[in-house]
Amino acid sequence: MARTVVPFGPQHPVLPEPVHLKLELDDEKVVGVTPIIGYVHRGIEKAAELNSFRQNVFLCERICGICSFIHALTYCQGIEALMGVEIPPRARFLRVFWSELSRTHSHLLWLGLFADAMGFESLFMQCWRIREIALDILEMTAGHRVITSTASIGGVRRDIDNEMSKEVEKKLLKVKEMMDNTIAPVFLHDPTLKRRTAGKGILTKGQAELLGAVGPTARGSGVAIDIRQTGYAAYKEVGFEPIVETTGDSYARTVVRIRETYQCLELMHKALAMMPEGEILVKVDGYPEGETVSRSEQPRGELIYYLRGNGTWNLERLKIRTPTFANIPTLLVMLPGCELADVPVITLSIDPCISCTER
Amino acid sequence: MIWMLPAILKNLFSRPVTRRYPFKDIREPFSGYRGKISFDNKKCDLCGDCERVCPAKAIEVDEKNKQIRYDPFKCIYCATCVQTCLQRAISQDPHYAVPAATKQSETISIPS
Repeated sequence: MARTVVPFGPQHPVLPEPVHLKLELDDEKVVGVTPIIGYVHRGIEKAAELNSFRQNVFLCERICGICSFIHALTYCQGIEALMGVEIPPRARFLRVFWSELSRTHSHLLWLGLFADAMGFESLFMQCWRIREIALDILEMTAGHRVITSTASIGGVRRDIDNEMSKEVEKKLLKVKEMMDNTIAPVFLHDPTLKRRTAGKGILTKGQAELLGAVGPTARGSGVAIDIRQTGYAAYKEVGFEPIVETTGDSYARTVVRIRETYQCLELMHKALAMMPEGEILVKVDGYPEGETVSRSEQPRGELIYYLRGNGTWNLERLKIRTPTFANIPTLLVMLPGCELADVPVITLSIDPCISCTER
Repeated sequence: MIWMLPAILKNLFSRPVTRRYPFKDIREPFSGYRGKISFDNKKCDLCGDCERVCPAKAIEVDEKNKQIRYDPFKCIYCATCVQTCLQRAISQDPHYAVPAATKQSETISIPS
């Protein structure tokens, strides 16, 4: 029988962002796939060369709407490394707090979208309802719900005082309680959900390593790789162990994210409790010179910034490698062999963030 | 699904979580919310620091005509200008900037 080519995306109800998958079908089975990106390119890397290096913090934040804080943090880390700045300890703990808060809300968003891709509407609503509390915490501590604008070169721009920290703890407990009672048991035990995800889109450990998978995609396949292990910001003091599942299917990636959400809540508690008193921002004078690589762990995996400065206001080059860019090749081994109806679930299981990828 | 039943039953008999925004008031924003930006023309000394730091280039300081032009539709509400201003002439209140039918920038005249 002749093969049929079906375009999946760039506009598709399950895709939050435009990615085009050219699916080659043999009857209902997928036999080949070609991912095509390039629908949301915004030229941010070029714009970063035209802005001053201090203004770029806000530009980098707008690369991704979900993990905006982590983008700004990685950029600031790079500039601090170029200029040899040591940031105050309190700022490091606050950076951990906001990173983990971004991760919580990103994972809850993804869990909802994933449930939606399977047609599980009520679960989708519950996930997003819990996420609303995380967004409230962001608004309370940072001043905005999504774009936090709290990272700054030399530290952070906002402090969390004791009163606010108590309020945050209360809200975090509420998030945990709501997760315990509603979404976590469904994701971990529901038989329908397991039938839609278990054994679908298998990525073995060898393949994950070969294709350079990062983040929960790699950790779902048993590769214990997480940049937080390097102990940037205050992860060394807070203590961190990566969460690993070994089956390598869509279900394993879901379980990794559910467990990571719980871990995020714990890390936030620890960061707030261990936070030392003191300054949150040091003054940084001068201009960045030389080149450096800055890495951090985004909700989707490893984020790499390459920065080159030439001792002026503007950076000579800013290169950004986002985790989805590293995870898209894994679709080439996950998708062939699956049914057409499973394509949305498998594609979403890598948590594609396309506007991140294209900058 | 059975794990969610208590939540679903509770939801069935409780008020909607969403707010019917244009018809009813939304909740008060938190005190530290970065909202509307306003300039105090009595304190401003036209130094132009805000113009230099603004990442969105939403502020224009015209020293000759003693005017500040501020475009709220370019502004990203990052509050860098508020932190930078030495005269504390720029302030931010915690309410959302309201939408408008036309994109118009504000002109603030500084009395000499």
